Amino acid sequence: MSHEKPILEHPEVPTLFDVQEMELNFGPQHPSTHGVLRLVLKVDGEKILEARPEIGYLHRGTEKLFETQTYPMGIPHTDRMDYTAAATNNHAFCLTIEKLLNLEIPRRAQLIRVILDELQRLASHLVWLGTSGIDLGAVTPFWYCFREREQILDFFEEYCGARLTLNCMRIGGLPFDLTPGWTERLSEFVDDLPARIDDYEQLLTENRIWKRRTIGVGVISGEECIERGLTGPVLRGSGVEWDLRRAQPYECYEELDFVIPTRKNGDTYDRYIVRVQEMRQSVRILRQCLDRLEPGEIRGKVPRVIKPPAEEVYASIESPKGELGFYCVSNGSNRPYRLHCRPPSFINLQALPRLAKGHLISDLVALIGTIDIVLGEVDR
Amino acid sequence: MAETPPPAGGAPGAPAPAAEAPKKEAPPARLEGKDASAHPWVESIRAAVPDSVVSAREYAKQICVVVAKEKIVEVARHLKDREDFRYCVDVTAVDWKRREPRFDVVYHFYSFSKNDRIRVKCGVADGQEVPSIAGVFLSANWSEREAYDMFGVRFAGHPDLRRILTWEGFHGHPLRKDFPLEGVDTGAAIYPEEWPEGGGPAANDPNRKVVS
Repeated sequence: MSHEKPILEHPEVPTLFDVQEMELNFGPQHPSTHGVLRLVLKVDGEKILEARPEIGYLHRGTEKLFETQTYPMGIPHTDRMDYTAAATNNHAFCLTIEKLLNLEIPRRAQLIRVILDELQRLASHLVWLGTSGIDLGAVTPFWYCFREREQILDFFEEYCGARLTLNCMRIGGLPFDLTPGWTERLSEFVDDLPARIDDYEQLLTENRIWKRRTIGVGVISGEECIERGLTGPVLRGSGVEWDLRRAQPYECYEELDFVIPTRKNGDTYDRYIVRVQEMRQSVRILRQCLDRLEPGEIRGKVPRVIKPPAEEVYASIESPKGELGFYCVSNGSNRPYRLHCRPPSFINLQALPRLAKGHLISDLVALIGTIDIVLGEVDR
Repeated sequence: MAETPPPAGGAPGAPAPAAEAPKKEAPPARLEGKDASAHPWVESIRAAVPDSVVSAREYAKQICVVVAKEKIVEVARHLKDREDFRYCVDVTAVDWKRREPRFDVVYHFYSFSKNDRIRVKCGVADGQEVPSIAGVFLSANWSEREAYDMFGVRFAGHPDLRRILTWEGFHGHPLRKDFPLEGVDTGAAIYPEEWPEGGGPAANDPNRKVVS
């Protein structure tokens, strides 16, 4: 009986042991992609040779919608972009239109805006800390982080009625004044917070597993961050002390006393430290704002119909993810002719292939976490 | 979508319509846009890259320079190397529908040492190509892809000019002013076996408006 050709030598069947590279789809429904991000990976075993992000699953044409509605009607659309930080989105949008109109906003409104911004920064960083912990197998911090985040959302709910899509700012000021007792309750919460942040740090900062999973993963230099347009905690984790709240202060950040935390190594662990330190600085800012709060107007002199001059402006703020900017072109009508968003997540995600190259698939999960993307903002 | 006369030149600096509605509240003092041809950055671009600057304008302390599109790479490189605008914030486009050239490609650069921004624009007609600055600023790569996807402005010399937010095979460019708000038939390209070319809701389908 003649032997058939052994399967390993058959020309049409690739041998199991010759396969060096394979393509792997990571997402779009993978829980650790923090949304609907699809990565096409070229892997050699566990090692990533190339990662190619495929985005756009959440594209809703927000910029097109802006053009079809009046200026104030654009604010709720911004909530849906970075949905973990709606207040900062509202803020950037309003700031742009105010710049176009040359509006001054009253001091009380400025202070409340800063309070909302910093609460939002805390909430966003808490979501980030909790979920990136889970990605790397640390489940416990998640429960602590979301406990505090719930409290922050309760403050938002009491202020504007919404917890996630806040729509909490208006062109020229704020929609509502604070409810009675809000500041006192917030004050208690703020006093409590440093001890809570200590708790998270106790679980992670010196944790051996956490350190092994994050130190030296995704190292990027400050120079390269600038070259690639990376902003926010990623840039500061690489040693560049740049924060728009300090560099180009808006509202009343000028008079507030806070430190810009930076680290040298530019790896995942340093970005973690930077974000935790930022939470501590947010607490400081909140405390100062609460001390300065005095009764007063919450809306500036805003024309009834917002018709900016036919000009164009760009304004940006430091969102929890990085530089969030809006570029608005007006043609003198009551609707923006073109309103473009410069989303930090989109630009930061661009660096993921560079960060992931040469790492293992399990590190990729850490890297998606560490650049802190929100796909609603990437795709808009 | 706003219907306006296209502004002259590259800058949308046409005067606003004079109709200012209510008199109950004092309107905020309006800023005046002014010519910025004498600004040192503009002078520096003009000196380094001859025949590049078309016009320059300042509004709300923001400098906007309109340059010829053939010179955009040289201008970008000059700004990066000589004027220290090392951070390319953003690249996008604006569709001026009835103006010639039809599109503006808009670049924002930031300088850490000056702590200031500059906006550079160049006009490009429909179907024309703009030289890509992705070779000068890595961060411009995806922004240019987005501008291509949304407006159909092609960037010559871009390393990987594919659509980014929509998919390959999508019909049209969503942020063009003549793209319908209710969307277009998109079924054909993804599932050709289910949706033949030209399938999906027809132009006179009453349900078509629902798609957005």
